[in-house]
Amino acid sequence: MNKKFIIAVLVSNISGVLSRVSGMFTRRGFNIDSLTVGETESSDFSRITIAFRGDDYMKDQLIGQLNKLHDVKEVQVLDSSDSVIRELVLIKVRNTAESRQDVMTAVEIFRSKIIDYSPTALCCELTGDSSKINAFIELLKPYGIIEMCRTGLVALERGENSLKPVK
Amino acid sequence: MKISGAKIVVETLIEQGCDTVFGYPGGQVINLFDELYLNSDRIRHILTAHEQGASHAADGYARATGKVGVCIATSGPGATNLVTGIATSYLDSTPLVAITGNVPCSLIGRDSFQEVDIVGVTMPITKHNFVVKDVKELADTIRLAFKIAKSGRPGPVLVDIPKDVQCALCDFEAKPAPVVPYPLSFAGEDDLKRAAEMINASQRPYIYIGGGIIAGKASDEVLALAEKIDAPIGSSLMGLSAIPSDNKRFLGMQGMHGHYASSIAEDEADLVIACGARFSDRATGDKNRFSKNFKIIHIDIDGAELSKNIRVELGISGDIRDALARLAAMVQETKHDSWSARIEELRAEENRRIKRVPDKLDPYRIVDIAAEAADEDTLIATDVGQHQMWAAQRYPLVKPRTFLTSGGLGTMGFGMGAAIGASVATGKKTILFTGDGSFGMNLNELATAVTLNSPLVILIMNNGVLGMVRQWQTLFFDKHYSNTTLDRKTDFVKVAEAFGAKGVRVFTADELKSAMKDALAAGSPVVIDCAVDCDEFVLPMLPPGGSIDDIITEIN
Repeated sequence: MNKKFIIAVLVSNISGVLSRVSGMFTRRGFNIDSLTVGETESSDFSRITIAFRGDDYMKDQLIGQLNKLHDVKEVQVLDSSDSVIRELVLIKVRNTAESRQDVMTAVEIFRSKIIDYSPTALCCELTGDSSKINAFIELLKPYGIIEMCRTGLVALERGENSLKPVK
Repeated sequence: MKISGAKIVVETLIEQGCDTVFGYPGGQVINLFDELYLNSDRIRHILTAHEQGASHAADGYARATGKVGVCIATSGPGATNLVTGIATSYLDSTPLVAITGNVPCSLIGRDSFQEVDIVGVTMPITKHNFVVKDVKELADTIRLAFKIAKSGRPGPVLVDIPKDVQCALCDFEAKPAPVVPYPLSFAGEDDLKRAAEMINASQRPYIYIGGGIIAGKASDEVLALAEKIDAPIGSSLMGLSAIPSDNKRFLGMQGMHGHYASSIAEDEADLVIACGARFSDRATGDKNRFSKNFKIIHIDIDGAELSKNIRVELGISGDIRDALARLAAMVQETKHDSWSARIEELRAEENRRIKRVPDKLDPYRIVDIAAEAADEDTLIATDVGQHQMWAAQRYPLVKPRTFLTSGGLGTMGFGMGAAIGASVATGKKTILFTGDGSFGMNLNELATAVTLNSPLVILIMNNGVLGMVRQWQTLFFDKHYSNTTLDRKTDFVKVAEAFGAKGVRVFTADELKSAMKDALAAGSPVVIDCAVDCDEFVLPMLPPGGSIDDIITEIN
């Protein structure tokens, strides 16, 4: 039974960490939906958010292997019902006289923003969970998506708990 | 006082208790070798013939002693030549620190002469690795490398040091003692209680041990548990030497070429207690059929091994020695008379199935003769192939750390370096079982052995073929002996003499007995080229991907 898991990983903020983590996934045959990385409130650590689909067995294996990496300081599975989960997408769509109004309406309804405007292209920014972003992309497709860029998921647990280095 | 990075490396190695390093000089480690020259009274450098030999020697040093082995190589090809040795160490979990030079920081990333991204190359085959770009971090990085290498489940760590970092000056203060490993983790009480319940409920328990018993110094604890619960013990290749071969509970190696009795006993057990082992495919065969009859308790220091290869009913992560001692205190003392009787039956059956021709110098007789000439302190190293399996099946090992073999990676050419490293580390006489194929891979290290005057007996089981692959070709490829018939004109006696070692060729049991006796008495490298029939097979055999039901015990 495949489930979707979101795993937050606290790692040392030093060069090569992303290679170690992503290399381990490749080597051990774990397939990842998305992986994001960025500095945390402490410049000593980066936080990696991994989204992947699999069963509990795969999840346990993945966590076990992550924990073995020297630069990995803490691993936590985020409960999607008790976490805020967001993704950001930039979509460049064709700007034509016929489509402009439709695109603007979609942008408004989805609470997206136009962040660049040229005679031939519009660039929209949207933040939300994956399903909202997927829906927005589907909506814009007929108008001609020129290019787009998704960040992958970032997520934090609700409430005051936080990820702290345990090793 | 400020000292150079190169001196910091040497001082830190000495501080960490390192008395011997194995290596090979080159352009980007000249500074480091200069410090080794200046400090040769405090730390010994052993020059090998090839960096691969240095990596295996450091590994052999580690296997024979449990201490961290250290090897040094220059950048580029020097570093890549270490790779096979590092991977060998990684797969068998031995504590190793590999130090490589690299081009100066300013030249990194420009495909400079003899530049290679060795940190990138070795990322998947090290526990961790480092590139040190600031001399201020050098000493602590090397300390951390030792700490990681010997903590928990041991493994190799590589430290890459660009030349300018070796030249740079920095303050250095030696620490009074080597780094201590990270604190061990210990098994949870509830898990052990559950394990004890499962053991108490079992009628046919079987203990499967691996290299973790040696690394975790848990031989006595395994035996005590086995006694209390009346269980036989089988071993992976890596677990050999943990339990004396003549112990009545010990059934020998299990798995692809394991003993008949241990493999069958495991299959007939109702509970397998796996201790410091990792259910390698060579130990289990087809994993879907492996555990159909029994439940498994798996205890290992590395929690990521639990249910990795074989899904287990109960996985316990923690120090094996502590876990076994506590577990033994919890279980009921018991006897399983019918199970013990069945084990004895299997032993008898195993003996019946071994077909021997009287007086023929077959592989088992070769191993027996070597063992008779040696004593229980003699170190046994092997290369990889048929000879390795014959030695693993047959050699009467008594003490932990006396059997050095490349189990996980199966590295042909491992033996020469490993035997040299082990004999350097312990000063003990060492017998290397090798084959004409494996020996051909790294026989250049004879030069090292001769220079060191190592008390090394190199026993070549010479069948003129790559016997293990040939065996598979016989069984599974319609005897298409593709590239496994060597038929080389190499004269190993002359090879030995050319390197300055003694060489002798033997064909009969009496010749071998006399040659072994002389070779062990010589206290210097002796090559014994021993003729073996090319159609000798390693039996029993579980076909690759097969299960115990497919066991092959004889071939017509």
